Amino acid sequence: MATQAEERTASDLDTFRLEVREWLAANCPVSIRNQPRGMDTSFWGGRNPVYPSDDHKLWFERMAQRAWTVPTWPAQYGGGGLDPAQGRVLKQEMERIGAPDPLSSLGIMMLGPALLKFGTEEQKLEHIPLIAQGKIRWAQGYSEPGAGSDLASLTTRGEDKGDHFLVNGQKIWTTYGHKADMIFTLVRTEPDAPKHLGISFLLIDMDQPGVNASPIRMISGNEHFAQTFFDDAVVPKKNLVGEQGRGWDVAKYLLTFERSSMGQSLGGGMGKSVADLALEALGHYGLAREPGLRHEVAETMMETWAMQIAGERMYDAGKAGTLSPFSPNVMKLLGTELAARRSRLAMSLGGFDALDRDGRDAYQWLQDPPNCVAGGSNEVQLNVLSKRALELPEHK
Amino acid sequence: MALVLSQDETMLVDSARGLLERDAPLTAFRALRNSGEPLAWDRSLYGKLAENGLVAPNVAESDGGMGLGASAAGLILEQAGHVLAAAPLLSAALSARLIAGAASESERADLLGPIVSGERVIAPALDEAARHDPAQLETKGEKVGDGWALTGAKTAVIDGFGADGFVVSAMADGAPALFLVEKGASGLSAERFAAVDSRNYAKLTLSGTPATRLGQGDAGAAIASGLDLGRALLAAELLGMADEAFARTVSYLKERRQFDRVIGSFQALQHRAARMYAQLDIARGVVLKALRAIDEGSEDATWLASLAKGTMTRLARDVMMEAMQMHGGIGMTDDFDVGLFVKRAQSAGELLGDDHFHTERLAAGKWGL
Repeated sequence: MATQAEERTASDLDTFRLEVREWLAANCPVSIRNQPRGMDTSFWGGRNPVYPSDDHKLWFERMAQRAWTVPTWPAQYGGGGLDPAQGRVLKQEMERIGAPDPLSSLGIMMLGPALLKFGTEEQKLEHIPLIAQGKIRWAQGYSEPGAGSDLASLTTRGEDKGDHFLVNGQKIWTTYGHKADMIFTLVRTEPDAPKHLGISFLLIDMDQPGVNASPIRMISGNEHFAQTFFDDAVVPKKNLVGEQGRGWDVAKYLLTFERSSMGQSLGGGMGKSVADLALEALGHYGLAREPGLRHEVAETMMETWAMQIAGERMYDAGKAGTLSPFSPNVMKLLGTELAARRSRLAMSLGGFDALDRDGRDAYQWLQDPPNCVAGGSNEVQLNVLSKRALELPEHK
Repeated sequence: MALVLSQDETMLVDSARGLLERDAPLTAFRALRNSGEPLAWDRSLYGKLAENGLVAPNVAESDGGMGLGASAAGLILEQAGHVLAAAPLLSAALSARLIAGAASESERADLLGPIVSGERVIAPALDEAARHDPAQLETKGEKVGDGWALTGAKTAVIDGFGADGFVVSAMADGAPALFLVEKGASGLSAERFAAVDSRNYAKLTLSGTPATRLGQGDAGAAIASGLDLGRALLAAELLGMADEAFARTVSYLKERRQFDRVIGSFQALQHRAARMYAQLDIARGVVLKALRAIDEGSEDATWLASLAKGTMTRLARDVMMEAMQMHGGIGMTDDFDVGLFVKRAQSAGELLGDDHFHTERLAAGKWGL
């Protein structure tokens, strides 16, 4: 199979599609196709891997062997080496048969792209293959109890000790922090520098006495987040990404990936559409008796379709080199809001039965609102759009 | 095709914008409105648009047109929306589509050339109800000798006052059909309807009016594809208007001072503006997707046209309300331009179905709700 072709004819792509289709048909276990997607039913990799099922293990191993866990990353760092068009074909073919992502990972979603841009050659060679093969489970150490929307006011300290940093402080909302092996972390290394300039981006091994993480139970009952404590944690200098004191640049770059993928995956809607849910729950007759509910279902479907089109347009614009730098903010803002509205609407459709404490509807309903806060609250997105896209002045 | 503009399309947009800004600035529309000229569009401007290939670019090359499809027609209308250009661009593209869909090859060649060249204005006469409802079709065509005669009434006929002819839908032989009616035909009255947007509309009454039937048999599919195109084009025009009203509002927020600071520094206004920016960004993709789907003959084209028209009608309404509110009292004066956009957005939103119509159409037709 060709990789990294500069120009590819449509027929090459058709051939590739057929090969992919055949391979997926033979290699994606039927039992894991078209299953509801969620953080709890994904494989996250790591030093102590936990597979949701034997078939998930098989699927992951087969995909990892081709490096199709990260299909479009460069082959020299253990990526799949596909060009963007091929990557899209693979994604489409996986969606066609309802194949899940073989590996869910903040390493793939966030750290990898940032390392490819800001990392040294040694860092790329050390970390990217491990991300691709799911050997290390990464967490993100950004927010602190006193630094949420105002992230740059973070106070976790990184003291320069010559060959290493000594890190002390506390992070919160660390996604799966209590299950992760390593954490990419923003720490203040120059306490006297201006707020945005004294921050460095460090890769910290969590398997050491100075790092402790404990889970936080959310209203949905899930424990996806943790608080992470650093108490004289030791971080070798080779784990500094980008320049010392310029971690904010890396952080911002990485956030754009988080925002785009949050907005797209949530906004576009996963699994069953709300129209299908409505028909199953109430049928034509029941819906006709409640025109207001029916109308809300239709409006939500329209907005969901619009967000799917927005995702498609982002891809096309990216390929054409005309992607707006504000697309991630737009997608994050409207996508997370839409997802929260949609899962609340599903509660109305399900009625009393949707209140089941252990049911999927209630879980989803309580799980979606945190996304309107995570990854930069939606109010922060509005601030970014006002100040950068519209160039409206600061309030002084 | 990708959801980004091709190089050719970017050039088309630039040339349309250049011509419109030079020959049809907003002041020209205002002057025309103030003059009370009943035609409500400018013949010399229309001639220039036609000379530059900007009239009905969707007409196929084999029919004497440019063959640039719905996408080109939409991009031009979007630009026209920025300046509220007074020209029968929408009616030309829509009538051409109706004729191309129904007429025989020889009729097409005769009828479409003069539309593209701007020589003849043919107005589409489809609606019969005050609220858009294409299912209501009571106008009847009856065979009289070798020809046909139409009897009925039409409303919301875009650019119908003073038009050279009309493409009229009517029931004939138990199925929808399309007819061409010439200006001044016996039993035809085309009464001018003065609308808030100061554009050209007419209401028609037909009493045994002689007409030429376009093609043979059921024209339902031709009407449906005309509606799809018209809706997508109106969505594009609404996008242009909403973009323009929004840009003017953001500029105003940066100029207007109260409490010793520009009002654009207030977060209450910033967040409302930022939300509109985000919604316009999403809507831009939806409009382009609908135009592309029509050009590709996609199965979803008809639903995407509704998605685009419904989305843009609602968004333009919201943007216009915010534009008026953020401009304060001056935004509601006749001397100020925002009101011109508010009025045109209301008309363009209503024509061929508003947001409620299209939400319902999708609910029942696409999702089976």
